[in-house]
Amino acid sequence: MGKEGGKTVSIRQRREKEIRVAFFGVALASIATLGLIVLFLFMEGIPIFKEVSVHDFLFGKYWYPTDDPPDFGIFPLIAASISVTAVASIISIPLGVLTALYLAEAASYRVREWVKPVVELLAAIPSVVIGFFGMVVFAPFLQEILDIPTGLNLFNASLMLAFMSIPTICSISEDAIFSVPIELKEASLALGATHWETIWRVIIPASISGISTAIILGMSRAIGETMVVLMVAGGATLIPASLFDPVRPMPASIAAEMAEAPFRGDHYHALFATGIILFLFTLLFNLVADYVSNKYRQVGAATL
Amino acid sequence: MGNERVKERLVNTDQSNGLQGRRKFVQASMFGLFRIAATINGVALLIIVYFLVARGWRAINWTFLTQPPMESMTKGGILPCIVGTVCLSLGAILVALPIGVASAIYLNEYAKPGRLLRIIRLGINNLAGVPSIIFGLFGLAFFVVWLQFGVSILSGALTLGVMTLPVIIGASEEALRAVPDTYREASLGLGATKWQTINRVVLPAALPGILTGAILGISRAAGETAPIMFTAAVFYTPSLPSSVFDEIMALPYHIYVLATAGTEIEATRHLQYGTALVLIVLVLGLNLIAIIYRARLRRRMQ
Repeated sequence: MGKEGGKTVSIRQRREKEIRVAFFGVALASIATLGLIVLFLFMEGIPIFKEVSVHDFLFGKYWYPTDDPPDFGIFPLIAASISVTAVASIISIPLGVLTALYLAEAASYRVREWVKPVVELLAAIPSVVIGFFGMVVFAPFLQEILDIPTGLNLFNASLMLAFMSIPTICSISEDAIFSVPIELKEASLALGATHWETIWRVIIPASISGISTAIILGMSRAIGETMVVLMVAGGATLIPASLFDPVRPMPASIAAEMAEAPFRGDHYHALFATGIILFLFTLLFNLVADYVSNKYRQVGAATL
Repeated sequence: MGNERVKERLVNTDQSNGLQGRRKFVQASMFGLFRIAATINGVALLIIVYFLVARGWRAINWTFLTQPPMESMTKGGILPCIVGTVCLSLGAILVALPIGVASAIYLNEYAKPGRLLRIIRLGINNLAGVPSIIFGLFGLAFFVVWLQFGVSILSGALTLGVMTLPVIIGASEEALRAVPDTYREASLGLGATKWQTINRVVLPAALPGILTGAILGISRAAGETAPIMFTAAVFYTPSLPSSVFDEIMALPYHIYVLATAGTEIEATRHLQYGTALVLIVLVLGLNLIAIIYRARLRRRMQ
């Protein structure tokens, strides 16, 4: 009897162990997928470097993949990606962080219950719809009031991208601001500081790592966003000289040209190689965000 | 003498009022700035929705929703696109939900803090940060070409599925975290094993939260364009899909195609607005359901 009891217990334990291992296996799926993405990007992208050197690919000023002989220089695409992201950030960082401060500190409970869903719905609008809006509503408007040749340009794309990254910046910053220990705030208020002084001197410094993470992830979202830059940025492979120049960021180039590129031809490989560069950019952003949020983790009052 | 004192006090209060006043003014203006920032977001949402509704509602009627496109997509409806988007997003959630929930169970119930957990989390965070067009390239190279699924619902759903995975994992983890530890302790105290506890106690308690995450995942998958451009969606296909290996039309891709590549971009403007309106009603509707459902859950928990 006792022996049998022991046996069932050990069967149960073995089963438990198997289940645990199975869950562990599934949990590795995300990493496995990430690995596969890297593997296949490189497999399809590397062959282009037999035709062009890495240096010429990255810093070549001309992207004419269908000419004869073709030019595979993605510098204009990289410059376009960096400039739309930079301009979008100038708009989205203040708006995102200020909205987060409003939600976490200034808004009453009732207002927050309304504003938070608005930010979430803004995040939920499909990128193709924002691109469509930028194309058919905002571009003609921009063209008319500024009297420029085309409304499809760097500025328009940046503005649309900004509103796509605001929700990311806002919700992550808000979490960080919200999790600042109440004692810090109470101490500051008790010393006679106003609410704003408390926010500026205590709450923001205490949550700066979370806010930075939010900003980096917001920028990562902007640089990788495809449909908006595909539809709104204008598509010219020029290194932008003005805010109202049409540009062609990396994702736009990949999305627009992949359908026409002959399968496993040089153009096809060059687009995958562009994908590698884009992937490395976002990977860098994400790793920095991860580093910042872990290194300067908010641990209670110890952050100050 | 007394008069002077009073005077002095008045001067003092005056001074402190000035300082106090300035501090209050700074605070009021900063809070005003916060409010303006929040308002700008709301206005942006309103403007986008307003233009789509104002210019799109006339396109929407019974024919539009139940007929395929006609006369080289200058007339007719968007039924194949609606069917395609529903197939793709349901397919994506079929892929992402089991894997995502199981991952979340491992992370929240089994894993012990340490290097391994750090690496898994880093993997998930980075997967969440991969641009949608990269998922498109990956789907093309892996599902379409290497696994030979072709341009099909299957390839598209798998691509969208791996893309939605981090969303599902995040939402499920949050739902599992919200289950009080006392539930687990009570079940384990009664002699249940860890798996029995998870299966019979923790998961049922976390289910509503997980479902909310699933709804958000569906809405995310339904709105994505870049991942399906090379893996599932086509310009035009006359018939509705009959198997998972068929290529299909999809709402987001249809908007893109009509707005940029059609032969008569201006003439089909109303169809573009109509399609965008249908997509946004679908996506925002799903999101509203999730938001309201979650608010209710929170209230019940309190």
